[in-house]
Amino acid sequence: MREILKINNLTKIYKNKLKALDHLTLNILEGEIFALLGPNGAGKSTLINTICGILNFDQGNITVNKFDIMKNYRQARSIIGIVPQELNLEAFETIWDNVNYSRGLYGKSPNYEYIEKLLKDLSLWEKKDNKLRELSGGMKRRVLIAKALSHEPKILFLDEPTASVDVELRKDMWEVIKRLKNKGVTIILTTHYIDEAEEIADRVGIINNGKIILVDEKESLIKKLGQKILKIELAKPIKEIPKKLTSFNLKINTEKDTLTYIYDTKGRNTGITSLLSEIKSEGLQLKDLSTEQSSLESIFLNLVKESENELVRS
Amino acid sequence: MNWYGLRAIYLHEMDRMRRTLFQSLISPFISTSLYFVVFGSAIGSRITEIEGISYGSFIVPGMIMLTILTQSISNASFGIFFPKFTNTVYEILAAPLSSFEIILGFVGAAATKSLIIGIVIICTAGFFVDLHIEHPFVMIFFLILTCVTFALFGFIIGMWADNFEKLQLIPILIITPLVFLGGSFYSINMLPEFWQKISLLNPVLYLVSGFRWSFYEIADVSIFTSLFTILFFLLSCVIIISYTFAKGYKIKN
Repeated sequence: MREILKINNLTKIYKNKLKALDHLTLNILEGEIFALLGPNGAGKSTLINTICGILNFDQGNITVNKFDIMKNYRQARSIIGIVPQELNLEAFETIWDNVNYSRGLYGKSPNYEYIEKLLKDLSLWEKKDNKLRELSGGMKRRVLIAKALSHEPKILFLDEPTASVDVELRKDMWEVIKRLKNKGVTIILTTHYIDEAEEIADRVGIINNGKIILVDEKESLIKKLGQKILKIELAKPIKEIPKKLTSFNLKINTEKDTLTYIYDTKGRNTGITSLLSEIKSEGLQLKDLSTEQSSLESIFLNLVKESENELVRS
Repeated sequence: MNWYGLRAIYLHEMDRMRRTLFQSLISPFISTSLYFVVFGSAIGSRITEIEGISYGSFIVPGMIMLTILTQSISNASFGIFFPKFTNTVYEILAAPLSSFEIILGFVGAAATKSLIIGIVIICTAGFFVDLHIEHPFVMIFFLILTCVTFALFGFIIGMWADNFEKLQLIPILIITPLVFLGGSFYSINMLPEFWQKISLLNPVLYLVSGFRWSFYEIADVSIFTSLFTILFFLLSCVIIISYTFAKGYKIKN
Protein backbone atom coordinates (compact mmCIF):
# COMPACT_ATOMS: atom_id res chain seq x y z
CA MET A 1 0.00 0.00 0.00
CA ARG A 2 1.30 3.47 -0.83
CA GLU A 3 1.66 6.23 1.74
CA ILE A 4 -1.19 8.72 1.42
CA LEU A 5 -0.14 10.93 4.32
CA LYS A 6 3.44 11.79 5.25
CA ILE A 7 4.33 13.80 8.31
CA ASN A 8 7.96 14.72 8.64
CA ASN A 9 9.69 16.26 11.66
CA LEU A 10 6.56 18.15 12.74
CA THR A 11 6.86 20.53 15.67
CA LYS A 12 4.10 22.65 17.15
CA ILE A 13 4.69 25.01 20.06
CA TYR A 14 1.70 26.81 21.58
CA LYS A 15 1.85 30.44 22.69
CA ASN A 16 2.27 29.33 26.31
CA LYS A 17 5.51 27.59 25.19
CA LEU A 18 3.95 24.14 25.46
CA LYS A 19 5.59 21.86 22.90
CA ALA A 20 2.56 19.87 21.76
CA LEU A 21 4.31 18.11 18.88
CA ASP A 22 7.99 17.36 19.06
CA HIS A 23 9.76 16.50 15.78
CA LEU A 24 7.02 14.01 15.00
CA THR A 25 7.33 11.77 11.97
CA LEU A 26 4.55 9.45 10.81
CA ASN A 27 3.35 7.89 7.57
CA ILE A 28 -0.18 6.65 6.93
CA LEU A 29 -0.95 4.01 4.31
CA GLU A 30 -3.78 4.36 1.83
CA GLY A 31 -6.93 2.48 2.79
CA GLU A 32 -5.90 1.56 6.32
CA ILE A 33 -7.50 2.29 9.67
CA PHE A 34 -4.85 3.85 11.84
CA ALA A 35 -5.53 4.26 15.55
CA LEU A 36 -3.56 6.87 17.42
CA LEU A 37 -3.45 6.08 21.10
CA GLY A 38 -2.24 8.37 23.80
CA PRO A 39 -3.07 9.77 27.21
CA ASN A 40 -4.71 13.18 27.66
CA GLY A 41 -2.52 16.02 26.42
CA ALA A 42 -0.29 13.67 24.42
CA GLY A 43 -0.77 15.73 21.24
CA LYS A 44 -3.39 13.63 19.41
CA SER A 45 -5.85 16.43 18.66
CA THR A 46 -3.08 18.93 17.96
CA LEU A 47 -1.67 16.54 15.37
CA ILE A 48 -5.02 16.12 13.61
CA ASN A 49 -5.81 19.84 13.71
CA THR A 50 -2.39 20.68 12.31
CA ILE A 51 -2.73 18.25 9.41
CA CYS A 52 -6.19 19.64 8.61
CA GLY A 53 -5.00 23.27 8.56
CA ILE A 54 -6.89 24.32 11.68
CA LEU A 55 -3.66 25.05 13.55
CA ASN A 56 -0.39 26.56 12.38
CA PHE A 57 2.81 24.66 13.03
CA ASP A 58 6.38 25.75 13.63
CA GLN A 59 8.55 23.21 11.87
CA GLY A 60 8.40 20.24 9.55
CA ASN A 61 6.28 19.38 6.56
CA ILE A 62 3.16 17.39 5.77
CA THR A 63 2.08 15.95 2.43
CA VAL A 64 -1.36 14.57 1.67
CA ASN A 65 -1.57 12.46 -1.48
CA LYS A 66 1.82 14.01 -2.42
CA PHE A 67 0.47 17.57 -2.02
CA ASP A 68 2.17 19.81 0.53
CA ILE A 69 -0.48 21.10 2.94
CA MET A 70 0.96 24.63 2.85
CA LYS A 71 1.91 25.08 -0.81
CA ASN A 72 -0.91 23.00 -2.32
CA TYR A 73 -3.47 23.38 0.44
CA ARG A 74 -6.47 23.21 -1.92
CA GLN A 75 -5.56 19.81 -3.36
CA ALA A 76 -4.47 18.52 0.05
CA ARG A 77 -7.50 19.66 2.03
CA SER A 78 -10.08 18.75 -0.60
CA ILE A 79 -9.56 15.03 0.08
CA ILE A 80 -9.62 15.32 3.88
CA GLY A 81 -12.65 15.09 6.15
CA ILE A 82 -12.52 15.78 9.87
CA VAL A 83 -14.81 14.82 12.72
CA PRO A 84 -13.85 16.91 15.76
CA GLN A 85 -13.88 15.69 19.32
CA GLU A 86 -16.46 18.19 20.61
CA LEU A 87 -20.02 18.28 19.32
CA ASN A 88 -19.55 21.64 17.59
CA LEU A 89 -22.62 22.44 15.50
CA GLU A 90 -24.73 25.44 14.59
CA ALA A 91 -27.79 25.24 16.81
CA PHE A 92 -30.47 26.71 14.56
CA GLU A 93 -29.80 25.00 11.26
CA THR A 94 -31.38 21.81 9.96
CA ILE A 95 -29.30 18.69 9.36
CA TRP A 96 -30.00 18.91 5.62
CA ASP A 97 -28.85 22.52 5.28
CA ASN A 98 -25.81 22.06 7.46
CA VAL A 99 -24.51 18.97 5.68
CA ASN A 100 -25.03 20.61 2.27
CA TYR A 101 -23.21 23.70 3.56
CA SER A 102 -20.19 21.56 4.48
CA ARG A 103 -20.12 20.06 0.99
CA GLY A 104 -20.14 23.55 -0.50
CA LEU A 105 -17.21 24.68 1.66
CA TYR A 106 -15.08 21.97 0.07
CA GLY A 107 -15.79 23.35 -3.39
CA LYS A 108 -18.15 20.59 -4.50
CA SER A 109 -21.26 21.27 -6.54
CA PRO A 110 -24.54 20.30 -4.84
CA ASN A 111 -25.34 16.58 -5.05
CA TYR A 112 -28.62 16.00 -3.27
CA GLU A 113 -28.76 12.28 -4.17
CA TYR A 114 -25.40 11.68 -2.53
CA ILE A 115 -26.33 13.64 0.60
CA GLU A 116 -29.63 11.74 0.81
CA LYS A 117 -27.80 8.42 0.62
CA LEU A 118 -25.25 9.58 3.19
CA LEU A 119 -27.96 10.62 5.65
CA LYS A 120 -29.78 7.34 5.11
CA ASP A 121 -26.56 5.36 5.70
CA LEU A 122 -26.07 7.19 8.98
CA SER A 123 -29.72 6.81 10.02
CA LEU A 124 -30.26 10.57 9.88
CA TRP A 125 -32.69 10.80 6.97
CA GLU A 126 -35.83 10.80 9.11
CA LYS A 127 -34.49 13.76 11.06
CA LYS A 128 -33.11 15.74 8.12
CA ASP A 129 -35.43 18.71 8.74
CA ASN A 130 -34.77 18.80 12.49
CA LYS A 131 -32.78 21.66 13.91
CA LEU A 132 -29.37 20.59 15.20
CA ARG A 133 -30.07 21.74 18.74
CA GLU A 134 -32.96 19.27 18.91
CA LEU A 135 -30.70 16.24 18.43
CA SER A 136 -29.26 13.88 21.00
CA GLY A 137 -25.49 13.61 21.54
CA GLY A 138 -25.28 10.43 19.47
CA MET A 139 -27.23 12.01 16.60
CA LYS A 140 -24.98 15.06 16.69
CA ARG A 141 -21.95 12.78 16.43
CA ARG A 142 -23.51 11.19 13.32
CA VAL A 143 -24.17 14.63 11.83
CA LEU A 144 -20.51 15.50 12.32
CA ILE A 145 -19.57 12.33 10.45
CA ALA A 146 -22.07 13.19 7.68
CA LYS A 147 -20.56 16.67 7.40
CA ALA A 148 -17.05 15.23 7.22
CA LEU A 149 -18.12 12.81 4.48
CA SER A 150 -20.26 15.32 2.56
CA HIS A 151 -17.49 16.07 0.05
CA GLU A 152 -16.53 12.40 -0.45
CA PRO A 153 -13.04 12.57 1.14
CA LYS A 154 -10.30 9.96 0.69
CA ILE A 155 -8.95 10.49 4.20
CA LEU A 156 -11.11 10.79 7.28
CA PHE A 157 -9.87 11.99 10.65
CA LEU A 158 -11.94 10.97 13.63
CA ASP A 159 -10.96 12.66 16.86
CA GLU A 160 -12.31 10.51 19.69
CA PRO A 161 -15.34 9.42 17.62
CA THR A 162 -16.92 7.36 20.39
CA ALA A 163 -16.16 9.60 23.34
CA SER A 164 -19.16 9.78 25.67
CA VAL A 165 -21.47 7.66 23.55
CA ASP A 166 -23.30 4.57 24.76
CA VAL A 167 -22.15 1.02 24.01
CA GLU A 168 -24.72 0.42 21.29
CA LEU A 169 -23.87 3.61 19.43
CA ARG A 170 -20.18 2.85 19.81
CA LYS A 171 -20.65 -0.45 18.02
CA ASP A 172 -22.71 1.32 15.36
CA MET A 173 -19.86 3.78 14.86
CA TRP A 174 -17.40 0.91 14.46
CA GLU A 175 -19.63 -0.52 11.76
CA VAL A 176 -19.75 2.84 9.99
CA ILE A 177 -15.94 3.07 10.14
CA LYS A 178 -15.52 -0.47 8.80
CA ARG A 179 -17.94 0.28 5.93
CA LEU A 180 -15.95 3.40 5.05
CA LYS A 181 -12.73 1.39 5.00
CA ASN A 182 -14.36 -1.08 2.61
CA LYS A 183 -15.15 1.85 0.34
CA GLY A 184 -11.45 2.72 0.26
CA VAL A 185 -11.42 5.62 2.72
CA THR A 186 -8.25 5.93 4.80
CA ILE A 187 -9.20 6.43 8.43
CA ILE A 188 -7.11 7.94 11.18
CA LEU A 189 -8.75 7.91 14.57
CA THR A 190 -7.63 8.99 17.96
CA THR A 191 -9.00 7.17 20.91
CA HIS A 192 -8.69 6.57 24.59
CA TYR A 193 -10.39 3.23 24.28
CA ILE A 194 -7.91 0.44 23.71
CA ASP A 195 -10.66 -2.00 22.80
CA GLU A 196 -11.68 0.35 20.01
CA ALA A 197 -8.19 0.17 18.51
CA GLU A 198 -8.12 -3.61 19.01
CA GLU A 199 -11.52 -3.96 17.34
CA ILE A 200 -11.12 -1.84 14.23
CA ALA A 201 -7.53 -0.68 13.61
CA ASP A 202 -5.07 -2.16 11.13
CA ARG A 203 -2.14 -0.30 12.61
CA VAL A 204 -1.63 1.40 15.92
CA GLY A 205 0.52 4.38 16.81
CA ILE A 206 1.26 5.43 20.35
CA ILE A 207 1.90 9.08 21.05
CA ASN A 208 3.09 10.70 24.28
CA ASN A 209 4.49 14.16 24.97
CA GLY A 210 4.14 15.07 21.30
CA LYS A 211 6.31 12.18 20.13
CA ILE A 212 5.39 8.96 18.41
CA ILE A 213 6.69 6.23 20.68
CA LEU A 214 5.79 3.35 18.46
CA VAL A 215 3.93 2.42 15.27
CA ASP A 216 3.15 -1.13 14.27
CA GLU A 217 0.58 -3.52 12.90
CA LYS A 218 -1.94 -4.14 15.64
CA GLU A 219 -1.54 -7.90 15.62
CA SER A 220 2.22 -7.80 15.42
CA LEU A 221 2.36 -5.22 18.19
CA ILE A 222 0.42 -7.45 20.50
CA LYS A 223 2.56 -10.42 19.47
CA LYS A 224 5.91 -8.69 19.68
CA LEU A 225 5.51 -6.64 22.76
CA GLY A 226 2.90 -8.54 24.63
CA GLN A 227 3.41 -10.61 27.71
CA LYS A 228 1.71 -13.93 28.00
CA ILE A 229 0.01 -15.41 30.97
CA LEU A 230 0.34 -19.12 31.71
CA LYS A 231 -2.44 -20.50 33.89
CA ILE A 232 -1.63 -23.73 35.65
CA GLU A 233 -4.66 -25.48 37.01
CA LEU A 234 -3.84 -28.00 39.72
CA ALA A 235 -5.62 -31.29 40.30
CA LYS A 236 -5.82 -30.56 44.06
CA PRO A 237 -5.72 -27.25 45.96
CA ILE A 238 -2.47 -26.45 47.82
CA LYS A 239 -1.96 -24.54 51.10
CA GLU A 240 0.71 -22.22 49.71
CA ILE A 241 3.15 -21.85 46.86
CA PRO A 242 6.13 -24.21 47.49
CA LYS A 243 9.35 -22.36 48.42
CA LYS A 244 11.21 -23.74 45.38
CA LEU A 245 8.72 -21.97 43.12
CA THR A 246 8.96 -18.50 44.70
CA SER A 247 11.61 -17.35 42.20
CA PHE A 248 9.00 -17.59 39.42
CA ASN A 249 6.83 -14.87 41.03
CA LEU A 250 3.75 -17.03 40.76
CA LYS A 251 0.35 -15.87 41.89
CA ILE A 252 -2.28 -18.13 43.33
CA ASN A 253 -6.04 -17.67 43.20
CA THR A 254 -8.33 -17.59 46.26
CA GLU A 255 -9.41 -21.20 45.70
CA LYS A 256 -5.68 -22.13 45.89
CA ASP A 257 -6.00 -24.38 42.83
CA THR A 258 -4.62 -22.20 40.00
CA LEU A 259 -1.15 -20.72 39.62
CA THR A 260 -0.53 -17.79 37.28
CA TYR A 261 2.81 -17.24 35.62
CA ILE A 262 3.53 -14.12 33.52
CA TYR A 263 6.32 -14.37 30.97
CA ASP A 264 7.77 -12.22 28.22
CA THR A 265 7.37 -13.63 24.73
CA LYS A 266 10.31 -11.53 23.52
CA GLY A 267 12.72 -13.18 25.93
CA ARG A 268 14.92 -16.07 24.79
CA ASN A 269 14.10 -18.07 27.86
CA THR A 270 10.50 -17.96 28.91
CA GLY A 271 11.17 -20.07 32.00
CA ILE A 272 8.26 -22.38 31.25
CA THR A 273 10.35 -25.54 31.00
CA SER A 274 12.12 -25.02 34.33
CA LEU A 275 8.84 -23.99 35.98
CA LEU A 276 7.09 -27.18 34.84
CA SER A 277 10.08 -29.26 35.89
CA GLU A 278 10.06 -27.65 39.39
CA ILE A 279 6.32 -28.26 39.66
CA LYS A 280 6.91 -31.92 38.81
CA SER A 281 9.72 -32.24 41.37
CA GLU A 282 7.42 -30.73 44.03
CA GLY A 283 4.95 -33.48 43.25
CA LEU A 284 2.13 -31.22 42.18
CA GLN A 285 -0.37 -32.76 39.80
CA LEU A 286 -1.61 -30.70 36.87
CA LYS A 287 -5.22 -30.61 35.71
CA ASP A 288 -4.91 -28.15 32.83
CA LEU A 289 -2.68 -25.53 31.24
CA SER A 290 -3.74 -22.44 29.29
CA THR A 291 -2.12 -19.27 27.95
CA GLU A 292 -3.57 -15.79 27.47
CA GLN A 293 -2.22 -12.97 25.29
CA SER A 294 -1.87 -9.63 27.09
CA SER A 295 -4.12 -6.87 25.76
CA LEU A 296 -3.18 -3.76 23.84
CA GLU A 297 -4.11 -1.82 26.93
CA SER A 298 -1.32 -3.27 29.02
CA ILE A 299 1.15 -2.72 26.16
CA PHE A 300 0.00 0.88 25.86
CA LEU A 301 0.30 1.52 29.57
CA ASN A 302 3.77 -0.02 29.69
CA LEU A 303 5.01 2.08 26.79
CA VAL A 304 3.57 5.31 28.14
CA LYS A 305 5.12 4.57 31.52
CA GLU A 306 8.49 3.88 29.90
CA SER A 307 8.31 7.11 27.92
CA GLU A 308 7.45 9.09 31.06
CA ASN A 309 10.42 7.54 32.85
CA GLU A 310 12.69 8.39 29.93
CA LEU A 311 11.48 11.99 30.04
CA VAL A 312 12.21 12.23 33.77
CA ARG A 313 15.68 10.74 33.26
CA SER A 314 16.50 13.19 30.44
CA MET B 1 -10.95 30.11 -6.82
CA ASN B 2 -13.29 27.98 -4.69
CA TRP B 3 -16.57 29.47 -5.96
CA TYR B 4 -18.79 26.88 -4.28
CA GLY B 5 -17.02 27.47 -0.98
CA LEU B 6 -17.39 31.22 -1.30
CA ARG B 7 -21.06 30.78 -2.21
CA ALA B 8 -21.58 28.44 0.77
CA ILE B 9 -20.24 31.01 3.28
CA TYR B 10 -22.13 33.87 1.64
CA LEU B 11 -25.48 32.07 1.54
CA HIS B 12 -24.97 30.62 5.02
CA GLU B 13 -24.48 34.14 6.40
CA MET B 14 -27.39 35.53 4.40
CA ASP B 15 -29.53 32.72 5.74
CA ARG B 16 -28.84 34.02 9.25
CA MET B 17 -30.54 37.26 8.16
CA ARG B 18 -33.56 35.30 6.94
CA ARG B 19 -33.79 33.45 10.25
CA THR B 20 -33.60 36.73 12.18
CA LEU B 21 -35.67 38.78 9.76
CA PHE B 22 -37.36 40.82 12.47
CA GLN B 23 -34.12 41.81 14.08
CA SER B 24 -32.40 42.37 10.74
CA LEU B 25 -34.94 44.40 8.81
CA ILE B 26 -37.93 45.39 10.89
CA SER B 27 -35.81 46.74 13.73
CA PRO B 28 -33.89 49.33 11.61
CA PHE B 29 -37.19 50.21 9.89
CA ILE B 30 -38.86 50.96 13.25
CA SER B 31 -35.92 52.86 14.73
CA THR B 32 -35.56 54.96 11.55
CA SER B 33 -39.26 55.79 11.64
CA LEU B 34 -38.87 56.86 15.27
CA TYR B 35 -35.94 59.13 14.38
CA PHE B 36 -38.08 60.77 11.70
CA VAL B 37 -41.01 61.19 14.06
CA VAL B 38 -38.83 62.68 16.84
CA PHE B 39 -36.13 64.60 14.93
CA GLY B 40 -37.91 65.13 11.61
CA SER B 41 -41.39 66.12 12.76
CA ALA B 42 -41.44 66.92 16.49
CA ILE B 43 -38.10 68.72 16.93
CA GLY B 44 -37.36 69.27 13.22
CA SER B 45 -40.48 71.40 12.70
CA ARG B 46 -38.98 73.96 15.09
CA ILE B 47 -35.59 74.02 13.33
CA THR B 48 -35.14 76.30 10.36
CA GLU B 49 -33.82 74.98 7.08
CA ILE B 50 -30.11 74.10 6.84
CA GLU B 51 -28.51 75.41 3.67
CA GLY B 52 -31.93 75.47 1.98
CA ILE B 53 -32.85 71.91 2.99
CA SER B 54 -35.60 71.07 5.50
CA TYR B 55 -34.21 69.48 8.68
CA GLY B 56 -36.15 66.27 8.07
CA SER B 57 -34.51 65.85 4.67
CA PHE B 58 -31.12 67.02 5.95
CA ILE B 59 -30.81 64.18 8.44
CA VAL B 60 -31.67 61.39 5.95
CA PRO B 61 -28.07 60.76 4.72
CA GLY B 62 -26.72 60.93 8.28
CA MET B 63 -29.32 58.50 9.51
CA ILE B 64 -28.59 56.04 6.71
CA MET B 65 -24.87 56.30 7.52
CA LEU B 66 -25.55 55.81 11.24
CA THR B 67 -27.47 52.61 10.56
CA ILE B 68 -25.31 51.05 7.87
CA LEU B 69 -22.11 51.77 9.78
CA THR B 70 -23.35 50.05 12.91
CA GLN B 71 -25.04 47.25 10.96
CA SER B 72 -21.98 46.55 8.80
CA ILE B 73 -19.79 46.33 11.87
CA SER B 74 -22.16 44.21 13.93
CA ASN B 75 -23.05 41.84 11.04
CA ALA B 76 -19.45 41.18 10.08
CA SER B 77 -18.08 41.01 13.61
CA PHE B 78 -20.81 38.60 14.71
CA GLY B 79 -20.42 36.61 11.47
CA ILE B 80 -16.85 35.56 12.26
CA PHE B 81 -17.13 35.70 16.06
CA PHE B 82 -20.06 33.24 16.23
CA PRO B 83 -18.25 30.30 14.56
CA LYS B 84 -15.28 31.04 16.81
CA PHE B 85 -17.54 31.04 19.85
CA THR B 86 -19.31 27.80 18.90
CA ASN B 87 -16.08 26.25 17.63
CA THR B 88 -17.64 25.57 14.23
CA VAL B 89 -14.89 27.68 12.66
CA TYR B 90 -12.86 24.46 12.36
CA GLU B 91 -14.64 23.41 9.18
CA ILE B 92 -14.05 26.77 7.49
CA LEU B 93 -10.35 26.59 8.37
CA ALA B 94 -10.07 22.96 7.27
CA ALA B 95 -11.83 23.57 3.94
CA PRO B 96 -9.82 24.27 0.78
CA LEU B 97 -10.55 27.99 0.99
CA SER B 98 -8.06 30.85 0.79
CA SER B 99 -8.13 33.62 3.40
CA PHE B 100 -9.35 35.94 0.66
CA GLU B 101 -12.33 33.70 -0.12
CA ILE B 102 -13.27 33.36 3.55
CA ILE B 103 -13.09 37.13 4.10
CA LEU B 104 -14.98 37.79 0.86
CA GLY B 105 -17.76 35.40 1.94
CA PHE B 106 -18.24 36.90 5.40
CA VAL B 107 -17.64 40.55 4.46
CA GLY B 108 -19.68 40.25 1.27
CA ALA B 109 -22.66 38.89 3.19
CA ALA B 110 -22.37 41.51 5.95
CA ALA B 111 -22.10 44.31 3.37
CA THR B 112 -25.10 42.95 1.42
CA LYS B 113 -27.22 42.87 4.58
CA SER B 114 -26.26 46.46 5.38
CA LEU B 115 -26.96 47.52 1.82
CA ILE B 116 -30.45 46.00 1.99
CA ILE B 117 -31.02 47.81 5.29
CA GLY B 118 -29.75 51.06 3.75
CA ILE B 119 -32.22 50.70 0.89
CA VAL B 120 -35.03 49.95 3.37
CA ILE B 121 -34.18 53.16 5.26
CA ILE B 122 -34.13 55.24 2.08
CA CYS B 123 -37.58 53.85 1.18
CA THR B 124 -38.80 54.50 4.75
CA ALA B 125 -37.49 58.07 4.58
CA GLY B 126 -39.56 58.56 1.44
CA PHE B 127 -42.71 58.17 3.57
CA PHE B 128 -41.70 61.03 5.88
CA VAL B 129 -39.83 63.57 3.75
CA ASP B 130 -39.68 64.72 0.17
CA LEU B 131 -36.63 62.74 -0.86
CA HIS B 132 -34.48 64.05 -3.68
CA ILE B 133 -31.18 62.50 -4.77
CA GLU B 134 -28.99 64.75 -6.95
CA HIS B 135 -26.36 62.14 -7.78
CA PRO B 136 -27.92 58.68 -7.43
CA PHE B 137 -24.88 56.80 -8.79
CA VAL B 138 -22.51 58.60 -6.41
CA MET B 139 -24.96 57.85 -3.59
CA ILE B 140 -24.99 54.12 -4.47
CA PHE B 141 -21.21 54.12 -4.83
CA PHE B 142 -20.78 55.70 -1.37
CA LEU B 143 -23.34 53.34 0.10
CA ILE B 144 -21.58 50.23 -1.22
CA LEU B 145 -18.11 51.54 -0.33
CA THR B 146 -19.19 52.31 3.25
CA CYS B 147 -20.90 48.92 3.68
CA VAL B 148 -17.81 47.06 2.47
CA THR B 149 -15.31 49.16 4.42
CA PHE B 150 -17.11 48.90 7.73
CA ALA B 151 -17.89 45.23 7.21
CA LEU B 152 -14.12 44.75 6.88
CA PHE B 153 -13.65 46.75 10.06
CA GLY B 154 -16.30 44.62 11.79
CA PHE B 155 -14.53 41.46 10.61
CA ILE B 156 -11.34 42.69 12.33
CA ILE B 157 -13.28 43.30 15.56
CA GLY B 158 -14.91 39.85 15.37
CA MET B 159 -11.52 38.25 14.82
CA TRP B 160 -9.96 40.12 17.73
CA ALA B 161 -12.84 39.65 20.20
CA ASP B 162 -12.77 36.55 22.36
CA ASN B 163 -15.91 37.34 24.33
CA PHE B 164 -19.22 39.15 23.81
CA GLU B 165 -18.10 42.17 25.84
CA LYS B 166 -15.16 42.84 23.52
CA LEU B 167 -17.47 42.37 20.55
CA GLN B 168 -19.62 45.28 21.74
CA LEU B 169 -16.81 47.42 23.13
CA ILE B 170 -15.59 49.22 20.00
CA PRO B 171 -19.03 49.76 18.41
CA ILE B 172 -20.45 51.22 21.63
CA LEU B 173 -17.46 53.19 22.88
CA ILE B 174 -16.00 54.43 19.62
CA ILE B 175 -18.26 54.03 16.60
CA THR B 176 -21.58 55.30 18.00
CA PRO B 177 -20.05 58.51 19.48
CA LEU B 178 -18.11 59.14 16.26
CA VAL B 179 -21.28 58.76 14.19
CA PHE B 180 -23.33 61.06 16.44
CA LEU B 181 -20.53 63.64 16.52
CA GLY B 182 -19.79 63.28 12.80
CA GLY B 183 -22.47 65.64 11.57
CA SER B 184 -25.18 63.02 11.09
CA PHE B 185 -27.84 65.32 12.55
CA TYR B 186 -26.22 68.72 11.99
CA SER B 187 -23.77 70.59 9.82
CA ILE B 188 -20.44 71.30 11.48
CA ASN B 189 -20.84 74.91 10.32
CA MET B 190 -23.36 75.17 13.17
CA LEU B 191 -20.56 74.51 15.71
CA PRO B 192 -18.10 77.03 17.21
CA GLU B 193 -14.83 77.24 15.26
CA PHE B 194 -12.86 75.21 17.83
CA TRP B 195 -15.30 72.27 17.67
CA GLN B 196 -15.40 72.52 13.89
CA LYS B 197 -11.63 71.87 13.87
CA ILE B 198 -12.00 69.03 16.35
CA SER B 199 -14.80 67.52 14.21
CA LEU B 200 -12.43 67.39 11.24
CA LEU B 201 -10.49 64.70 13.13
CA ASN B 202 -13.56 62.48 13.05
CA PRO B 203 -13.37 60.15 10.00
CA VAL B 204 -17.14 59.57 10.04
CA LEU B 205 -17.67 63.27 9.24
CA TYR B 206 -16.12 62.70 5.81
CA LEU B 207 -18.43 59.79 5.10
CA VAL B 208 -21.58 61.64 6.12
CA SER B 209 -20.47 64.76 4.28
CA GLY B 210 -19.74 62.91 1.05
CA PHE B 211 -22.94 60.94 1.27
CA ARG B 212 -24.97 64.09 1.93
CA TRP B 213 -23.35 65.74 -1.09
CA SER B 214 -24.71 62.95 -3.30
CA PHE B 215 -28.22 63.82 -2.05
CA TYR B 216 -28.24 67.64 -1.95
CA GLU B 217 -24.85 68.84 -3.22
CA ILE B 218 -24.08 70.32 0.19
CA ALA B 219 -21.07 69.15 2.18
CA ASP B 220 -18.88 70.07 5.13
CA VAL B 221 -15.74 68.95 3.28
CA SER B 222 -14.94 68.37 -0.38
CA ILE B 223 -16.38 65.23 -1.99
CA PHE B 224 -12.86 64.17 -3.01
CA THR B 225 -11.61 64.47 0.56
CA SER B 226 -14.53 62.26 1.61
CA LEU B 227 -13.74 59.74 -1.09
CA PHE B 228 -10.04 59.72 -0.24
CA THR B 229 -10.80 59.22 3.48
CA ILE B 230 -13.05 56.21 2.97
CA LEU B 231 -10.65 54.64 0.45
CA PHE B 232 -7.79 55.16 2.91
CA PHE B 233 -9.82 53.48 5.66
CA LEU B 234 -10.74 50.63 3.30
CA LEU B 235 -7.08 50.10 2.41
CA SER B 236 -6.08 50.16 6.09
CA CYS B 237 -8.64 47.46 6.90
CA VAL B 238 -7.46 45.31 3.97
CA ILE B 239 -3.83 45.61 5.13
CA ILE B 240 -4.69 44.75 8.75
CA ILE B 241 -6.75 41.73 7.69
CA SER B 242 -4.00 40.54 5.33
CA TYR B 243 -1.49 40.58 8.18
CA THR B 244 -3.77 39.02 10.75
CA PHE B 245 -6.39 36.62 9.42
CA ALA B 246 -4.11 35.20 6.74
CA LYS B 247 -1.59 34.37 9.47
CA GLY B 248 -4.27 32.88 11.69
CA TYR B 249 -4.24 35.62 14.34
CA LYS B 250 -6.34 34.51 17.34
CA ILE B 251 -7.82 31.67 15.27
CA LYS B 252 -5.11 29.22 14.28
CA ASN B 253 -2.93 29.48 17.37
